[in-house]
Amino acid sequence: MDSWRTVKVLQREKICNMYRIVFLNDKMASIKHKNAKRIEGLDKNVWVAFTSVAADPSIVNLGQGYPDIPPPSYVKEGLAQAAMVDRLNQYTRGFGHPTLVKALSKVYGKVYDRQLDPFKEILITVGGYGSLFSTMQALVEEGDEVIIIEPFFDCYVPMVKMAGGKPVLIPLRLVGYSADWVLDQKELASKFNSKTKAIIINTPNNPIGKIFSRSELQAIADLCIKHDTLCFSDEVYEWLVYKGHEHVKIATLPGMWDRTITIGSAGKTFSVTGWKLGWSIGPDHLIKHLQTVMQNSLYTCPTPLQEAVGQGLLREFELMGKPDCYFTSLALELEGKRDRMAAMLRQTGMTPVVPEGGYFMIVDVTALNQDLSHMGDDEPYDYKFVKWMIKEKVFCFQFEKYIRLCFIKQESTLDAAEAILKSWNKG
Amino acid sequence: DCSAYLKLCNKNGHYKYILQRILSSSVSSHWPCPKRKYSYKNKECCLEEEVEFTQLAADYKAVNLGQGFPDFSPPSFVQEAFCKALNGGFSMHQYTRAFGHPNLVKILAKFFSRIVGREIDPMEDILVSVGAYQALFCTFQALIDEGDEVIIVEPFFDCYQPMVMMAGGTAVYVPLKPVCCGPVLSSADWVLSPEELASKFSPRTKAIVINTPNNPLGKVYQREELQMIADLCIKHDVICISDEVYEWLTYDGTKHVKIASLPGMWERTVTIGSAGKTFSATGWKVGWAMGSGHILKHLKTVHQNSVYHCATAAQEAVAVGFQREYDVFGTEESYFHQLPIHLHEKRLRLADCLKSVGLKPILPQGGYFMIADISNLNVDLTDPSTKDEPYDYRFVKWLIKEKGLATIPVSAFYSPEHRNEFQKYIRFCFVKEDTTLQAAEDILRQWSDSK
Repeated sequence: MDSWRTVKVLQREKICNMYRIVFLNDKMASIKHKNAKRIEGLDKNVWVAFTSVAADPSIVNLGQGYPDIPPPSYVKEGLAQAAMVDRLNQYTRGFGHPTLVKALSKVYGKVYDRQLDPFKEILITVGGYGSLFSTMQALVEEGDEVIIIEPFFDCYVPMVKMAGGKPVLIPLRLVGYSADWVLDQKELASKFNSKTKAIIINTPNNPIGKIFSRSELQAIADLCIKHDTLCFSDEVYEWLVYKGHEHVKIATLPGMWDRTITIGSAGKTFSVTGWKLGWSIGPDHLIKHLQTVMQNSLYTCPTPLQEAVGQGLLREFELMGKPDCYFTSLALELEGKRDRMAAMLRQTGMTPVVPEGGYFMIVDVTALNQDLSHMGDDEPYDYKFVKWMIKEKVFCFQFEKYIRLCFIKQESTLDAAEAILKSWNKG
Repeated sequence: DCSAYLKLCNKNGHYKYILQRILSSSVSSHWPCPKRKYSYKNKECCLEEEVEFTQLAADYKAVNLGQGFPDFSPPSFVQEAFCKALNGGFSMHQYTRAFGHPNLVKILAKFFSRIVGREIDPMEDILVSVGAYQALFCTFQALIDEGDEVIIVEPFFDCYQPMVMMAGGTAVYVPLKPVCCGPVLSSADWVLSPEELASKFSPRTKAIVINTPNNPLGKVYQREELQMIADLCIKHDVICISDEVYEWLTYDGTKHVKIASLPGMWERTVTIGSAGKTFSATGWKVGWAMGSGHILKHLKTVHQNSVYHCATAAQEAVAVGFQREYDVFGTEESYFHQLPIHLHEKRLRLADCLKSVGLKPILPQGGYFMIADISNLNVDLTDPSTKDEPYDYRFVKWLIKEKGLATIPVSAFYSPEHRNEFQKYIRFCFVKEDTTLQAAEDILRQWSDSK
């Protein structure tokens, strides 16, 4: 134990009649230097735990969801140009740089087929992550229940908790020969009650890659309307949709615009995750609360980056629907990588779940029957599997009997992964 | 819409007041109720004012000395670093380390270790944030609980109060006041009363927020003043949140002192810094919080659950900027040496012009801003649209409409309790191009000639 030099007893408040003990050690560990209650238990983060491992350059990183392919050159050039303009190196409008919000209202006006007010119905945030945070802080209160569909992007639960809400989980389950991941409708309906403030959906989904169909979204919408709840729709992978599938925005279903916040991401749209720009789109009576959070947390996002994304979107707007459009060409490129990865995994004896959208693929590893008893026996199988894979030089993420692989990687990365996987076959 | 105060008794027998505002939404009456922290928003928030007055200034095509950012470019070495970063390989456009890009935290640790006089751990003792604003947000969210008191020194940068409120805390104000005797010509003449300050500390005090150099006053706290605050922090076991975004901008040989460098203070201080103010690139939104790891870890938890990462290329560019400044620190080549010299003159020029029309400027020891006493001026403020507003608000609007010069009213930087005592000052930003300041001078000269 560290040296306890002195024990000092302090009487805190007469009314409460509580005693606080202040231990003096080298670091003056004080009761008052403890964390605020809102972040109790939220310090653990799986990414932080594993990324230091993944930083090893000899490891093929298929774990974290970011591209190692370059962004489109005109987007980088747009940023270089923006940085040369004096005014664009200073603060811009807090709720979103005018060039960017106007470009978004044009692009999404077309997608939603409605007039979007760039100043009242759009908020620019620090990535899709920042959008989620603004949404939760603005609209979720102490005691509210928020329905979250499993498997889910890991930040949903801690964000709901930090806002004082209670996460209510419902799993997607594998049914039938077609191996569809679906919600059980009765089970879903049973999760809604008078305390339900919102349901979070993510389509295309991370990690499974499921795209919710129109009828699935309609079923969710019906429940939202029946129980008068909000819907937070995380659609950061909205452009990454593969052949035979269609991305549907729940906000476009009847009765849903007024109760939905839709989240988008420049990082995922233009393969620039390091730019950390995202947006929330919704009716002004909801967006204004997100704007209040923004005003009291960050105030404004970086200007030159917003200008560049705005210019990029204006360019894509002209090309929408054509093969030249980055939204289309990226999806086509990724479909090829998706198919390649699925083939690689099948050859190793694993069963990939081929995604309908997004850039992740989950793989059932039970067929590998990997003996992990030498990895220690106090952790779940999937944690041990990931660690084993890291030792075998491939980094990925996991849940239950599945691992998650990211395929928005250049061909040389996929080549390296293939070589490693082939070597397991021999082993 | 309707509003109602509900008095609730929580399980400890303490009363909690909740303001509930039920929106007149056509969709529902049971939601969405914004949290009480946002419902009670101080309507006279300065940034809102800045937004409101900016619009007015634009409408009247006024020369804008209201907004607090430079109208000149960042130094070329930092702009070049940014361009180099974004041409520097795919990793510059993808996520970097969540708590701060390694190159940046390492150089910040190196740079500030030298200044603070202790070994700062880049990974444990530093958090990079989206501007100093987000660093402040993380600090309050991480450390302030319901019922905690936070002492705020007035006049204050307006975001402190809503951030304290958002964290469920109670703001307790203590004003800097001009000394009662002698001419009050410098920000150094505005001081805290030691007795009054000491009286604000209670068993519920969690933190005190200081800002040095100060916005809007420009005061740079002297070592003795900081020692007085430090003594109280140690005595009452309170955390010090020290907003030092203008740390490189001090004039007339005034030295900026870091309260974290005083004995017993490193363990209990969070120091906030800004690349935007350091390198005249406010639009990059790169800032940081620095302090002992046992406190910083809580800020990291907030950060990882709110924004998680900051933009990579901007961080890389700031890192290159700091490395360059580390190498030339203390020499004439240093931007931290050149910028204050550059601004020193602008400050004096503006002060002279203000005096010529009967305004009484308080010469700032540091920062971007100068306040001026308007009480001697007799102008016709009978504009009916501003009838019920504080005197300085009305004056600022008159100045925009009648003279085409935009500023900010200083009472916006005060708490509701003390606002009425400080209605006779307006704030000017002098970190502007010579042409802007010249235009302002022309307006003031014309005004003076017409008297």
